[in-house]
Amino acid sequence: MRIELNGESLTTEAATLAGLLVERGFDPNSVATAIDGDFVPRSLRADTALQDGVKVEVLSPMQGG
Amino acid sequence: MTFYGVSLTSRLMLGTAQYPSPTILRQAIAASGAEVVTVSLRREGAEGAGFRDILVQSGCHILPNTAGCHSVKEAVTTAHMARELFRTNWVKLEVIGHADTLQPDPFALVEAARILCAEGFEVFPYTTEDLIVGEKLVEAGCRVLMPWGAPIGSGQGLRNIDGLRSMRAHFRDLPLVIDAGIGAPSQAALAMELGFDAVLLNTAVAKATDPVAMAGAFGQAVAAGRAAHDAGLMPRRDMASASTPIFGMAELG
Repeated sequence: MRIELNGESLTTEAATLAGLLVERGFDPNSVATAIDGDFVPRSLRADTALQDGVKVEVLSPMQGG
Repeated sequence: MTFYGVSLTSRLMLGTAQYPSPTILRQAIAASGAEVVTVSLRREGAEGAGFRDILVQSGCHILPNTAGCHSVKEAVTTAHMARELFRTNWVKLEVIGHADTLQPDPFALVEAARILCAEGFEVFPYTTEDLIVGEKLVEAGCRVLMPWGAPIGSGQGLRNIDGLRSMRAHFRDLPLVIDAGIGAPSQAALAMELGFDAVLLNTAVAKATDPVAMAGAFGQAVAAGRAAHDAGLMPRRDMASASTPIFGMAELG
């Protein structure tokens, strides 16, 4: 399945958002996630199926003003 | 000073971006005396883990921002993500209206504030000195307003002092924070002398030749400006008024 992760197009074997985070080596507890512009809470990641073409954002704390 | 029930001693709030190194950032936070630091959410970079450690070690309250968001939806989604990640209801709400001026979009700002306040967020809106926008934000549920001093990162100080003075008088009991545009400690002191509750700045410290020393200078300026406000400034006069008494002066001429 092809998806977009943080702006990069890629092919994933993961069926869910939780699976994608594991596949891509993210620490699930130190990131926040959104799909197609909607926030996906940590508690729903395992139940959130990935669809072909979705845009996933995985964000971390960064410096800000 | 109290923001949403949280009492703070320091009236300087510090941004965490653009420092020459993580070590200097850590030292600058300590030197500033700030108890609130702003942070953002971005796609993971190499330095992510170290930054989290600095935040924890600083002991500061975390104020996540929605910097760079240009729409209500972007800002609301970012706020949701920040709340989960930083475990705080606080959010510095920025909805930017123009990529060059970084001027807030007041219409989208009020709409986003309404949504977030209804969801239990404690919103710190980055706004202008416009009184009606301020009233709409208060109606939306904001209990702090953060008017700009000048455009973000410009270092121009307080560009509309009379407008800011009016805002201070209009929202007499509401915490008001000057956010953005401060370039020098004297400008921060002026904001405090005008009666603003706090100052939020970033670039003026991060881009100083010596950010740690500048952080300390800002801490002192903010404290001095507040002390001056509390002490009651003398009224301004158009004409001179001799400070040394005339009475008892000798006739020598």
